[in-house]
Amino acid sequence: MIVSFMGLALTGLTLKFSYTSWAAVLSRLLGGFETAGYIHRAAAVVMLGVFLTHLGDLNRTKNREYGGSWRAMLLGPNTMLPTRKDVADFLGTLRWFLGLGPRPRYGRWTYWEKFDYFAVFWGIAIIGSTGLTLWFPEIVTRFVPGWFLNVATIVHSDEALLATGFIFTVHFFNTHLRPEKFPMDIVVFTGRMPLDEFKRDKPAEYDGLVASGRMEQHLVEAYPPIVVRTIRSFAWTALGVGFAMVVWIIYAMVFAYR
Amino acid sequence: MPAQDDADCFACHSDRTLTTKRGSAMVSLYVSEKRFAASVHAGTSCTSCHADLDGAELPHDTPLAKVDCGACHADQQALHARSLHGKAIARGDPLAPRCADCHGAHDIVPVKGPGSAVAPLQVPFVCGRCHREGTPVQRNRAIHQDNILENYSESIHGEGLLRKGLVVAPNCATCHTAHSILAHTDPASSIARRNIAATCTGCHALIEAVHRKVIKGELWEKEANVLPACVDCHQPHKVRKVFYDQGMADGDCLRCHAETALKAAADGRSLRVDASEVRRSRHARVSCSQCHSEVNASRLRPCETITRKVDCASCHAEVGQQYQRNVHGQLVARQDPNAPTCKECHGTHEVLGKLDPRSASFPPNVPALCARCHREGSKAAVRYAGSQHEIIEHYTESIHGKGLLRSGLTVTATCTSCHTAHGVLPRSDPDSSVNPRNVPATCGRCHHGIQEQFQRSIHALKAGKTDKELPVCSDCHTAHTIRRADEEGFKLEIMQKCGRCHERIARTYFDTYHGKVSQLGYTKTAKCYDCHGAHDILPVSDPRSHLSRQNVVDTCRTCHPGANRRFAGYLTHATHHDPEKYPFLFWTFWGMTTLLVGTFFVGGIHTLLWIPRAVQMRRELRAAALEEQAAPGAAASAEKGPGNGER
Repeated sequence: MIVSFMGLALTGLTLKFSYTSWAAVLSRLLGGFETAGYIHRAAAVVMLGVFLTHLGDLNRTKNREYGGSWRAMLLGPNTMLPTRKDVADFLGTLRWFLGLGPRPRYGRWTYWEKFDYFAVFWGIAIIGSTGLTLWFPEIVTRFVPGWFLNVATIVHSDEALLATGFIFTVHFFNTHLRPEKFPMDIVVFTGRMPLDEFKRDKPAEYDGLVASGRMEQHLVEAYPPIVVRTIRSFAWTALGVGFAMVVWIIYAMVFAYR
Repeated sequence: MPAQDDADCFACHSDRTLTTKRGSAMVSLYVSEKRFAASVHAGTSCTSCHADLDGAELPHDTPLAKVDCGACHADQQALHARSLHGKAIARGDPLAPRCADCHGAHDIVPVKGPGSAVAPLQVPFVCGRCHREGTPVQRNRAIHQDNILENYSESIHGEGLLRKGLVVAPNCATCHTAHSILAHTDPASSIARRNIAATCTGCHALIEAVHRKVIKGELWEKEANVLPACVDCHQPHKVRKVFYDQGMADGDCLRCHAETALKAAADGRSLRVDASEVRRSRHARVSCSQCHSEVNASRLRPCETITRKVDCASCHAEVGQQYQRNVHGQLVARQDPNAPTCKECHGTHEVLGKLDPRSASFPPNVPALCARCHREGSKAAVRYAGSQHEIIEHYTESIHGKGLLRSGLTVTATCTSCHTAHGVLPRSDPDSSVNPRNVPATCGRCHHGIQEQFQRSIHALKAGKTDKELPVCSDCHTAHTIRRADEEGFKLEIMQKCGRCHERIARTYFDTYHGKVSQLGYTKTAKCYDCHGAHDILPVSDPRSHLSRQNVVDTCRTCHPGANRRFAGYLTHATHHDPEKYPFLFWTFWGMTTLLVGTFFVGGIHTLLWIPRAVQMRRELRAAALEEQAAPGAAASAEKGPGNGER
């Protein structure tokens, strides 16, 4: 997911900001605009694959943990769909920010994690469909007028800008760079978090697991340090690329805009 | 004693009406007694000449035998018999002249006296009776000269004799002799090549001394006192008083000017002339005094009468006129010290001509020639006020320069191909070959096909109909940095060139996918000319345009083989900045931007508000961790994993 996302972002931004000097250099590093185009499309296919794999995985989870019932998964406490608790958590968090209340007891998925998830859903749908339009213009224009391609270009590139910009700023902070988590939260790679962190960050889920007696089966050994270090370095790399892109986007939009 | 005496003859022949028919004409047989008595033959009887009538009965038989003048005039008869005329008579040629045809018959007076039929003043007309243009003799006999009488009458000899009455001037008989007229191929002829000198020096006795100053003296150095055949220079009947070469032979010039030590008094420059240079040059057959025409052969130092520099235009008149009009010529006229005259480019004595590889005007050498003054920093370049700089350097790197100088392709465009050799004018002059109006024709001298195309295109058709400055070849291709149109650099630069006039639409192009790719420096995308054409740009409304309704899909198909008409509806110059022209794009853009701004706003505020809390949490955690270290307790080193410990 991360690799395909980075690939898409890098190659796409060289074209969007082709009027900057950065873009020409990066474009050459990537092998020229034709090669960048191949990379972009290949990464899109990968991301599509990730999406489909995820859908398959959802199915598996549903079968494994919810007895095959979509309802149970989508309407249960660990659902990714927004619930009333999320609204309450959101307001509670604002109050906590302003020192007007305690930190809410978050469940399996916090509201911002749900937001990020659906943002990706939305993003893939929009960017993917417009991307396919631009990839196969001759076929698409058999059914729609030619100016659709111009509209698709704007939607594709602006939505992508939104997605990449948001990920490399808000999401990076929320999830990786919060001062209490700095340097990064590697749970996305390992699928594991230290127990006390779990207790602190997702108290509602912790309480639920303890109460239902299923806490034990979720306890596992920590990964050996070498594994953790490898994952960390990969994560730093991705972070670094992301930061560079943010700087570049700001430069292109604010100082060099055409 | 003859049977008759003259009186018997005159009894009939003094009758004026006495005629007879000969052939188809009536011929008078009248003989004037008075005239006969006044002639040189007055004392001879009729029958001394008409010998066949001696003792004949009267009236006599006709016709009479031809009179044989040789009975008394044996020498002349012998000469005449051997001559062309005599041989013709012997052949029975009816046109052959007999004695009487030139001298007359019964009224022959002394040759030296006035009234003689063959007096000097009469001779041209006597001969001319048969040898003028149009006569049966000239038409039907092999006479090797034409218009003899006409030419002679205009020649110096004819003028002297006929107009000025100078009876000692040569007439026909002077050169051809009276009776021994022989063909010029006959070695005995007075006009045979080896005898001509003798014939002419019959009057022009001292010609050898006089001619020494006219023709190359070296001939007499090789073979003294041998005159070439006069007719080598002086056409036999057309001889005129011609002023050749002001009378100076090259050898006379070289007597001083071949000396190495010869230097000008004014500035000490060498005045030595290497005659071999001239001999190698295109002026090999031109003598010194033809160019340095002010010499006076009668001075001891003939060149002291020279006041002006050599004027090449005296022979090269057209070029000279053209040159006066052009920039270089005007500089010369203003006596500008840096002005290029003929010799600056063509040299002086070793003018080799533009086909000789050693010549400065040989095409591959021309850029170096012009560079002498027009290279950056040189005499002409420092005074130049126009927009072209580093001309020679640019030209050398251009496609023309490479073709000419590196590949040696002599027909490539060089400086003079575009600027002309002698008609160089500044760009602002409407007659200049590089004035924008004339540029297409100048380039079209080689690139004819493109010029034809261009003349039919919008850029040329609008000329004179709009105030705007229309582009010509040099605006897109530059003047001196012309490069191959398939070079990457050219392809990318050209868009800036179009953009110079078509600013707005060029900018919108760069907002599209094609434009962005080309901005990255890749040419494998549609650029201006891929869609609009290059030299054949026409308005879209013209059915021949690449972008007309008929042709646009095919134009797209050059890169997008699957294109259809709707595909061609793609907006190639669309921009989201224009709400009137492209409302869909404008509103889409602003919709997306609002979404983006809104999302960032909310997310940003959320994040900013989080930061203080997060910092606080970190401090608390640090403190707790330090406590843990101080008192290690039952802190769980375990981790919570997902579901069943997998992953």
